[in-house]
Amino acid sequence: MSKAWLDLWVGLFVVAGIGALLFLALKVGNMSSVRMADSYQVSAHFDNIGGLKVRAPVKSAGVVVGRVTGISFDDKTYEAEVVLSLDQRYAFPKDTSASILTSGLLGEQYIGLEAGGDSVKLNNGDRVRLTQSAVVLENLIGQFLFSKAQEGASNETAQ
Amino acid sequence: MIAPLRLVANLGRHTLEAVARIGVATRFFLATLLRSGTAFRRFGLTIREIYFAGVLSLIIILVSGLFVGMVLGLQGFETLQTYGSESALGVLVALSLVRELGPVVAALLFASRAGSAITAEIGLMKATEQLAAMEMMAVDPVARVVAPRFWAGVLSMPLLAALFSAMGIFGGYLVGVVLIGVDEGSFWSQMQAQVDFEEDILNGVIKSVVFGVAVTAIALFEGYDAPPTAEGVSRATTRTVVTSSLVILALDFVLTAFMFRGVG
Repeated sequence: MSKAWLDLWVGLFVVAGIGALLFLALKVGNMSSVRMADSYQVSAHFDNIGGLKVRAPVKSAGVVVGRVTGISFDDKTYEAEVVLSLDQRYAFPKDTSASILTSGLLGEQYIGLEAGGDSVKLNNGDRVRLTQSAVVLENLIGQFLFSKAQEGASNETAQ
Repeated sequence: MIAPLRLVANLGRHTLEAVARIGVATRFFLATLLRSGTAFRRFGLTIREIYFAGVLSLIIILVSGLFVGMVLGLQGFETLQTYGSESALGVLVALSLVRELGPVVAALLFASRAGSAITAEIGLMKATEQLAAMEMMAVDPVARVVAPRFWAGVLSMPLLAALFSAMGIFGGYLVGVVLIGVDEGSFWSQMQAQVDFEEDILNGVIKSVVFGVAVTAIALFEGYDAPPTAEGVSRATTRTVVTSSLVILALDFVLTAFMFRGVG
């Protein structure tokens, strides 16, 4: 095999390999989606974050508007502090409420933002005041059992 | 010497030999790295080896990738269907290929396709005293023969693994979307939402580079160290495939443990 052919084949191989890497990065991975170079940070306190994880999406009206970039525990208030990184393109009113929701029955948890009516916008470093914690299945079942037991007890006393 | 003592002595001798061999292999690896100058100055040498190690492995890599992806599509669909989440098929196929199967299976195939060829070639060069002849002509066989093959293997491996993954995802797409009829939009969009560039794809590339270094280094050392007989070369070739397969799987566990520990 002549050197020119050899070079050509190796060149084709390298091009195909890099093409496959680009395909993986752009079509399979999320390189092409918004990298959010411009974002602003907002914090929110929750009583319970359930199974929320760093990098979980922040959605408003179902559209991804940011990501969770930090979760920490505040030992003054005994609450979870969640840092949200929101896309600079979207502004939210000061009285926006944040709640932890689940996509589907067993899906991942995300933060849903519900816009309020304030004319002042949230700025970098602000805190979302109105929050709603994650629904913890065990607590729900516990409450249900408790109310059932109470019902049974009141029935007995009635008899 | 009494029999049990001889057994213990044998064990000791084997252990010492094994440790000494690892030492020689390490020194050989370092010497290859130190004398890699020629492989880059005369890059034609390396290109020739990329052709033999990389281009000629393409067929087996692409075909295996396609079939692995198609099987993943079928099996994944069967399982996901039970939970009514067929739309996650794209995520399943892409993540298993990019994180694990792509680098590992491509490296296993590379070890048996290219690694064995490297060992046989160098072993035979040694048996026919070509390496000794080179030394007589003041040509350093490590710089002229070993280093170009090493760098060719290291450069080829990530490209082959990426091609394997891409082909596998295409295979999963063929079976999942074209054949079974999973929704095309959710197949790709869920995949893009779940597969992270740094966390998944870049870590897969790092894995394949590490495997490339391990497989090529083992193949070169086994060839260079082979007894210069027909039997010696055949044994060395077998050892290359066995050792590098085991090393790939063990390294994969270690790398995975480090990379995906805190991810969830």
